[in-house]
Amino acid sequence: MTLTAPQPKAAAVDTAATVEFRGLRRAFGDTVALDGLDLAVRPGELLALLGPSGCGKTTALRMLAGFEHPDSGEVLVDGEDVTRVPAHRRDAGMVFQSYSLFPHLSALDNVAFGLRMRKVRTGERRARAAELLELVGLADKGERYPHQLSGGQQQRIALARALALRPRVLLLDEPLSALDAKVRLTLREEIRRLQQELGITTLFVTHDQEEALSMADRVAVMRSGRLEQCAGPAELYGRPATAFVAEFVGTMSRIPGTLVDGGVEVLGRRLPVDGDAPSVSEVDVLVRPEAVAVRADDASDARVVATAFLGATTRLTVRLADGTEVKADLPARETAALGAGAAVSVSLPERPVLVAERRH
Amino acid sequence: MARLTGRGFGKVRPGRGVVLLCAAVYFLLPLAASVIFTVDVPGQGVNFDVYEQILGAEGFVSSLLLSLELAAATIALVLLLMVPAMVALRLGARRLRPVVEIVCALPLVLPPIAFVAGIATVLKWGPEYFSTTPLFQTFVAVQNPDFPVVLVLAYTVMALPFVYRALDAGLRSIDVPTLVEAARNCGAGWAQALVRAVLPNLRGALLNASFLTLALVLGEFTVAQILKFRPFAVWIVGIGGSEAQMSVAVSVLSLFVTWLLLLAIAAAGGRTPSPTTTEK
Repeated sequence: MTLTAPQPKAAAVDTAATVEFRGLRRAFGDTVALDGLDLAVRPGELLALLGPSGCGKTTALRMLAGFEHPDSGEVLVDGEDVTRVPAHRRDAGMVFQSYSLFPHLSALDNVAFGLRMRKVRTGERRARAAELLELVGLADKGERYPHQLSGGQQQRIALARALALRPRVLLLDEPLSALDAKVRLTLREEIRRLQQELGITTLFVTHDQEEALSMADRVAVMRSGRLEQCAGPAELYGRPATAFVAEFVGTMSRIPGTLVDGGVEVLGRRLPVDGDAPSVSEVDVLVRPEAVAVRADDASDARVVATAFLGATTRLTVRLADGTEVKADLPARETAALGAGAAVSVSLPERPVLVAERRH
Repeated sequence: MARLTGRGFGKVRPGRGVVLLCAAVYFLLPLAASVIFTVDVPGQGVNFDVYEQILGAEGFVSSLLLSLELAAATIALVLLLMVPAMVALRLGARRLRPVVEIVCALPLVLPPIAFVAGIATVLKWGPEYFSTTPLFQTFVAVQNPDFPVVLVLAYTVMALPFVYRALDAGLRSIDVPTLVEAARNCGAGWAQALVRAVLPNLRGALLNASFLTLALVLGEFTVAQILKFRPFAVWIVGIGGSEAQMSVAVSVLSLFVTWLLLLAIAAAGGRTPSPTTTEK
């Protein structure tokens, strides 16, 4: 499947729009969906809005599309306040979570729907729609009706439809969540490639952190209607700003430790603290599975309680003497002798570690 | 799966056959007997004199036309009332749904005779009470025997339960909010979104609602008779009253007229690609 952009990338990036949310607030009855969201999207970037369900990410996206209105705050596109602009004049193409193609129209007519609303002439309309179908690799499926297409194909058509009016912003509301795993992976790559070729500013809502980290230029992690952290995937993973981000993005184990003048005592050694330390002395040290070292040690009280083969690595779950469970990723060949029940010792590398207030 | 269904078709299932046979006997036997009774005149063999008499009788065309006009007006009115209301229920006012459902079911529990008694009282009382106001003319106009608007209004109420069910089933099969949002996202205003994205997918439901309303209006007797109008059902009872063969012939005829009209609606609605997507 080859994807060809209808316009050169450089030209597209020049015209790409910025998007800005300023102090967005929205409550549905007692539930606060957005609690003062501030976020700026750079021209041409793919920004993922990531968070648990109910964190307000979809509400934020729908506000940009014009389907929700903030109680207070502003939505700006290219510096222009669009908060009061009705949805059908927003100039933002959206792909929905559920299959949203018009069941009574063929794939081609679905893509051409927006052009028809804009009163584009039939010939031009069909040509443009065909071009877009080719862009999403479904040039031969134009005459099919939605119920004759697979889920992945339907979402591609929806993507083509969203792009048909050459919108300034592309909005993706969990477009892959209804698809099966394999289709999700290929479509993920395709959306990213298409977005980069077109250079269109894109907001992508997802609750799947792997999806967000692998596709986005930057990821905005949201929690209870607020922005927790907005950063590139590597920074988000390596230097999470809060304990919530640390645990939501990737896998994190908590190991109890004690703060002692600038360092933290954990697993029998003292390590420097990365970032600000909490004011209490009883803390948890947050560690990624790949940072934990495990070796067989008959003298230790720690036991392997579970192993999960992941291909190149095996994830061990180790229960320490005090009952804490720690996850560790080891190269698969090193774990042959470490079955469930094996006595092991766990250690951390001599590196600064993240700490958070102890959770009870 | 394919093999399973294949076996289902290949193998005769006695249970189904018996049920089908019973149903066929129950429905078709009286019908066939009626037809034979009307065409087989003792001593003269088979002839269609009775039907010729009916078709030639005074009032056949005019009463049938009146019924068709009433049906068309009722269908238009009830759909104009219910389609926007039910789409609105899906889009915003979800909490009102049980209220609307109950209101629409009321005509089922209300006997037509009670309903028409109320209407008759109002029609009698109204012109006297409003005799000096322009409303007097309104009361006269709705009872115009050439086109009794009051019957359209009554039939609209009586059709509500059926139209509600038909539309509800249709709306259930599509995701109205998402379709409207998708259309609006493509630059369609509210009205365009409804007409271009929602209504075409309700074609089956609209057709069913029209079907049921047509059947109701063609067969309705009580209200029309008591208000002294003469649509098809009233006419047919009037003409068949005295003679046995004639009265059976009119009921057979009215059955076929209704069937023909329903077939006509079905044909007009077409059976192009099913709008309900089942593969989701």
